[in-house]
Amino acid sequence: MDFKSSEQAVGPRSEDVLPETATAAVKVVIVGGFGVGKTTLVGSVSEIRPLTTEETMTQAGVGVDDTQGVERKTSTTVAMDFGRISINEELVLYLFGTPGQERFWFLWRGLFEGALGAVVLVDTRRLEVSFDVIGRLEERGVPFVVAVNSFPDAPGHSVDELRAALDLPDAVPIVLCDARMRSSSRDVLMTLMRYLQTLAMTQEAS
Amino acid sequence: MSDAGGDWEETSPERLYVITGGRSGSSAPTALDLVTLIVARSGPKPGMQPEHAAIIRLCHAPLSVAEISAYLSLPVSVVTVLLSDLLAEDKVLARAPVRAARLPDRALIEAVIDGLQKL
Repeated sequence: MDFKSSEQAVGPRSEDVLPETATAAVKVVIVGGFGVGKTTLVGSVSEIRPLTTEETMTQAGVGVDDTQGVERKTSTTVAMDFGRISINEELVLYLFGTPGQERFWFLWRGLFEGALGAVVLVDTRRLEVSFDVIGRLEERGVPFVVAVNSFPDAPGHSVDELRAALDLPDAVPIVLCDARMRSSSRDVLMTLMRYLQTLAMTQEAS
Repeated sequence: MSDAGGDWEETSPERLYVITGGRSGSSAPTALDLVTLIVARSGPKPGMQPEHAAIIRLCHAPLSVAEISAYLSLPVSVVTVLLSDLLAEDKVLARAPVRAARLPDRALIEAVIDGLQKL
C-alpha cells in the first residue's frame, strides 16, 4: 500500500503526548483576518508547536489563510492552525485559529459548537474586516472578547476609540496585546475566561 | 513540522475517496468534535486498512480528532469517517468534549483560569 505516513514515525513528540488521565477537552476559537496574527497568538501560548488541520472545499477560488502554506497548487484545501494547553491532568484546552469569513467556519463542522468562546483578533490597520466577524459571532450567540494585536506601524488608537469604531457593546472586553508574547496571549485568554465567568455568574443570578 | 506526505497528490480527492470507500463525513453516525479525545483500546492488527492502523498507533495515548488529522495530513471529514469505523468495531474509545451539562460552566471556567495562571 502506498501510504507513506503508516511507515513513518508520525505523531506527537514524546514530550507532547497527553497523559492517560486526559479525559476531557474544551476549545476556544481565535478569529481574525488574513495575517492578523492568529497563528502567532496560538503558537506563543501553545505547549505544542502549532499543528495544521485541513479540510477540502468543493468550490474553487478560495484564498488560503496566513502567509505560510499558501503555495498549494489547488484552491480546494483550506488549512486551520491550532495549539494546545494542558489545563490540568484531566482537562485540555485547544485553540483554533480560523479566518474571519464565515464560509470557512462551515468547513470544520461544529467549530463553534461547544466552544467556550472566541477571541476576535483585530489589526487596527484593517479594522473593517472585524465588523463582519463580530456580527456573525453575535448572531450565533458565541461569547467573545476583542484583542487588538499591536503592530509597530499600526496607527495608535485608544481602547475607547476602538470600541466606538467597532460598535462594541460596553460589556464586551477589549484588550491590547502582542501576540508574539506568551504572557500577553495568555492574558487575552484570561480576559475571555474572566468574561465567561461574569456571564456565568450573571446567568446564575437571574 | 515536516510535511509528511503533504504534497498535493497525497491528499487528492481521488485518494481520499478511496480511503473512505466513498463515504463523506456527513454520513458518519457518530458525533465527533474536533476536540473529542480518541484512545486506542489495543494495538493495530495485521490486515487492517493502513489508515486505521495509523490512527490506532497514534492513539496509544489520548489524542484529539484535530491532532489526528494534522499528524496524518488527512482532512477532518476523512478522519471522522475512519474513526467511525474504528468506534463501530470497538477499536478505539472516544472521550467526548466537555459539555455544559456535564460540568457546571463556572467550575469549568474556573479550572481553565487556574490552568492559565500556571503558564
